[in-house]
Amino acid sequence: MTTTSPPATVAPKAARPARATRTRARRTHRSTPLTIAMLAALAYFLLPLFWLLIASTKSTQDLFNSFGLWFSHAPQLLANIRATFAQDDGVFLHWLLNTVVYAVVSAVGAALLAAAGGYGFAKFRFRGDRVAFNLVLGAVMVPTTALAIPTYLLFAKAGLVNTPWAVILPSLVNPFGLYLMRIYAEDAVPDSLLEAARIDGAGEVRIFLRIALRLLGPGLVTVLLFTLVATWNNYFLPLIMLNDPDLYPVTVGLSSWAAQAQNGGAGSSSDMLALVVTGSLLSIVPLVVAFLMLQRYWQSGLAAGGVKQ
Amino acid sequence: MAAARRHRSAGPLFVAPFLTLFLLLFLAPLGYAAYLSLFQERLIGGTVFVGLDNYVQALGDPQLLHGVGRVALFFVIQVPVMLLLALVFALALDSGLLRLARVIRLGIFVPYAVPSVVAALMWGYLYGPDFGPFAQLSRKLGLPAPDFLSSGWMLGSLANIVTWEFVGYNMIILYAALRTIPQELYEAAAMDGAGAWRIAWSVKLPALRPALLLTLLFSVIGSFQLFNEPNLLMKIAPDVISSSYTANLYAYSLAFTGQQVNYAATVSFLLGLVIVVASYGVLLTANRRRTP
Repeated sequence: MTTTSPPATVAPKAARPARATRTRARRTHRSTPLTIAMLAALAYFLLPLFWLLIASTKSTQDLFNSFGLWFSHAPQLLANIRATFAQDDGVFLHWLLNTVVYAVVSAVGAALLAAAGGYGFAKFRFRGDRVAFNLVLGAVMVPTTALAIPTYLLFAKAGLVNTPWAVILPSLVNPFGLYLMRIYAEDAVPDSLLEAARIDGAGEVRIFLRIALRLLGPGLVTVLLFTLVATWNNYFLPLIMLNDPDLYPVTVGLSSWAAQAQNGGAGSSSDMLALVVTGSLLSIVPLVVAFLMLQRYWQSGLAAGGVKQ
Repeated sequence: MAAARRHRSAGPLFVAPFLTLFLLLFLAPLGYAAYLSLFQERLIGGTVFVGLDNYVQALGDPQLLHGVGRVALFFVIQVPVMLLLALVFALALDSGLLRLARVIRLGIFVPYAVPSVVAALMWGYLYGPDFGPFAQLSRKLGLPAPDFLSSGWMLGSLANIVTWEFVGYNMIILYAALRTIPQELYEAAAMDGAGAWRIAWSVKLPALRPALLLTLLFSVIGSFQLFNEPNLLMKIAPDVISSSYTANLYAYSLAFTGQQVNYAATVSFLLGLVIVVASYGVLLTANRRRTP
């Protein structure tokens, strides 16, 4: 957290590393049995990913004929990657790009909407604000998939199905994001700063864009990451909204390949299996990398949500 | 004076974009589902108003009831296991007793970055009788291969996938909450002669209440709308997972295979209702415990 971080005096309690001293004091005695137990747990969580990495280096035939958790005699990761991108006139690249577009547009849009809304609810009192906020808060519990079928029916009437908007628009509304941003804004944006800016004659929109948005940075990134992952992983919504393979995100595309690989049995489509496996690997690499790089934001943002519930 | 008035009117301006989309994309579909659920399409007479007939039908529909019952069972078994693991891992990470704590934390969290489709595909192949490593190992040892995809094992196999995906996520929420406990509380407890276990039980667990409640709520919502994992495993084991295996799968197949739009809307609406009621149930139980 460097430039986007608010000054320490206004940082929410949740984002502050509270116990540097204690950790240092305890560094003297570490527990080996506990470490070993946790490493065993870690092995369980990494096993499928390790298998995927190994399996991506194999031909479909080798998948069946060699032990799953070690390399075969003829690793061919690059050939598999090339075949994955070549299959069906390069549709896999389309899927990856679609996923990136859907996820980035949804995440940026949802984060900005939630930030503006959360800031509005946190820093202003107006008629109906409590009712409106409670309505949104209640919506946190309404499952998105229960909404998906009615949304599909509504979009079908509006002619929106089978367009990118059908996937992006519903992802823009993130009630939990708004809730998180409201909590964050209450702590991170001091009223005195807003008053000072108002006395200086700054307009409200300008104050939001120039001052508040900067202070809301870490919370904003958390909501952004939340929505990014949710849209990247989304399957149900695009599955029902899209039927043109060129519009599929990678999740729906991979599942359609998996169905082909399964139904084909032997014969030409049995080669599909290696493509499904390699495609799976390719689709998680960008997100896993982004995740590991940005993980500190998860922690601070989730703490804000969990502590103040 | 002018500034004060502008100040007051700016609030609605900031919340308006969110609330407009919320109205259009959240409340409108909900209302539309409620509206559709009151009609039926008939061969003679077209679409007719039937009042609550669809709900009466749904409440006596064995496929729906089995689907809801199955996800309820899933919730009762999978969620406690998942949250207990997440809690134990978070406490272990927070204890400061671990070597490689950072590697362990990130490694357990990484599955959350894996789309549920990929997770279900991977585990599906791992479970498989042909090239799954478990089946390969048991063949090598001359043991009967465990049939993870049989009807007896399926719910457990699905629970394992969901647990794998979300333990790390819940662990991070709980760990983040643990990191916010003020240092003074530990010092006070240590002064009173409390050991590590005693501190975990009497200081850390109570402080984790809100975070635990949050993870529990998310788990209620996630379990009852279970769809992705069974939908993917259905392709590998079509005989075990029927089109009404979970309530959500049933609503999906009603709408898109059966073309029963009105009934699908009813089922969606009911499922949403079940989840809201279950969530409030969780909240109320938790709050009653706090103030006996």
